[in-house]
Amino acid sequence: MRLELLLPIILPLFAGALSLALWRSLWLQRALAVVMTLAMTLAGAWLLHSVSGEGYLVTDMGGWEAPFGITLVADIMAAIMVLMTGVMGLIVTVYSLGSIPEGHERFGYYPLMHLLLAGVAGAFLTGDIFNLFVWFEVLLLASFALMTLGGERAQMEGAIKYVTLNLFASAIFLSAVGITYGMLGTLNMADIAQKVGQLEPEDTGMITVVAMMYMVAFGIKAAAFPLFFWLPASYHTPPVAVSALFAALLTKVGVYALFRFFTLIFDQDVSYTHGIMLWAGALGMLAGVLGAAAQFEFRRILAFHSVSQIGYMIVALALMSPLAILGGIFYIVHHMIVKSALFLVSGVTYRLMGSHELKDLGGFYKHRPGLAVLFLIQALALAGIPPLFGFFAKFAVIRAGIEAGEFVVAGVGLLVGLLTLYSMIKIWAEVFWKKVPDHVTDTDRLTGVVADSSIWLLYLPLILMAIATVALGLFGQPFYTLVEAGAHQLLNPEGYIEAVLGRGE
Amino acid sequence: MAYVVGALFAAAIYMMLRRSIVKLVIGLMLLTNAANLLVFVVAGMTRGAPPLIAEGASVPGALVADPLPQALILTAIVIAFGVLAFSVVLIHRAYEVVGTDDLDQMKDTDT
Repeated sequence: MRLELLLPIILPLFAGALSLALWRSLWLQRALAVVMTLAMTLAGAWLLHSVSGEGYLVTDMGGWEAPFGITLVADIMAAIMVLMTGVMGLIVTVYSLGSIPEGHERFGYYPLMHLLLAGVAGAFLTGDIFNLFVWFEVLLLASFALMTLGGERAQMEGAIKYVTLNLFASAIFLSAVGITYGMLGTLNMADIAQKVGQLEPEDTGMITVVAMMYMVAFGIKAAAFPLFFWLPASYHTPPVAVSALFAALLTKVGVYALFRFFTLIFDQDVSYTHGIMLWAGALGMLAGVLGAAAQFEFRRILAFHSVSQIGYMIVALALMSPLAILGGIFYIVHHMIVKSALFLVSGVTYRLMGSHELKDLGGFYKHRPGLAVLFLIQALALAGIPPLFGFFAKFAVIRAGIEAGEFVVAGVGLLVGLLTLYSMIKIWAEVFWKKVPDHVTDTDRLTGVVADSSIWLLYLPLILMAIATVALGLFGQPFYTLVEAGAHQLLNPEGYIEAVLGRGE
Repeated sequence: MAYVVGALFAAAIYMMLRRSIVKLVIGLMLLTNAANLLVFVVAGMTRGAPPLIAEGASVPGALVADPLPQALILTAIVIAFGVLAFSVVLIHRAYEVVGTDDLDQMKDTDT
């Protein structure tokens, strides 16, 4: 029984229950949220420390030996993801203290957030496919409720699409789990991976069919091309702190599941499954960035960019080389930080000028130069300008593409980088550089005439994330070494199987 | 049983493609049931003894029914029930807020 493996799941679950008990006291709920996300971050750091020393951590829940019971497994990638979940939870919590309307807080914002974090951490750590389905449902239900909290028209419309498509994905996932069990008689990921390798040749066609079902199910959750339509329709509707949390975590769970399944289990017919993912990723990059180019609403631009960034991650997975997987993990971490930071910036501009439309915003460079710098760092990182973190992520993926001989995909990646820069410059020019538009009369908040006492709560997370983006770019060597080991683990699933199944002997 | 599952999936997809949000939810309901039944069918329905292990032994003696698919389905049914309850409330609120039950009218957030 390894405590650090359980804490990231138990802490938020416990915190969720406790904040439900403290329903009437907002102050206690807020304090609890900060303390618990901080504790989760520390637990994640502990987990990462243990994993980087030992390689794999495995715990059988309830003492049922693998492959019969539910197993929790952490390798380096999972540990990095859990740590990032804690960090993002903490950052968004601090931001929420200053930005979420009290009405939302009263209707269970904090309990839902804890449950969401528990679901995400559980999905990262589980080693059992049905358990993964259950964690998916936990985080989905929490996210449904968070998305609709407030009940505005746009939220309702976005939520219907989000709920429908995600439930559809869950049904496909459940069917795939059932078929997997029917074929192999096991639900443990390591055991499945082992048994898939021993199948008779005539059964491998069926395995590919199941692999495609998983790909579609996780692809919908990850918003991969061509299954991403729920994302731009819904991500810009909830309060900004919620959007930032979703952008950081929800699609990444889908991407993580794809990474897990298509390195551990379905690596037989690589040219077929990964070939599809390669083109889905490339088209996703292009579709997302072109969609963003057509938008003139701050958050919609960011939502479409998520689709494009997910494309990079999927391409990284599809290339299946050590450098590509490394780039993929880099990209996931990079995107978690950068995209949520950009969403949080849009929250600050909304608070100061009361709009998300680019045409109603302006003058931030003059009045709020600090915010402009915070935005610029993240925007340039998103576009992949050295020496920021995003550059190394993009560089690794594109370099891996060239090494694999996929010149078209690498070229698309470079082009999309340029188009990303175009979208970011569009925001920069409209929101920050442009003068305050003439039709905007209420500029008291922007110019600081009306003091905003709690706005430092919004700035603090942004400053931390900007530091993280710069620091991971400039002093990234330790992180690089760590991720390199993580990529090695993913590409050599024997270690994972051995760690889960081979302990008793 | 396999035909039932197929028919349920087909009916679910058909309902989900209709324009009314009520039919959308009915479609979701059918879909989850179809998936549950699918798990039941593909996991191999066997008629056997209860899966109990005699005292002192470590494996069950005679042919026993596999309890795992039922456990999976039970979990999935509970989850589906929760999700369904949420979706029913959601469409009710959406109908109140948006003032229509026609999905084609709900395109404010589309681009």
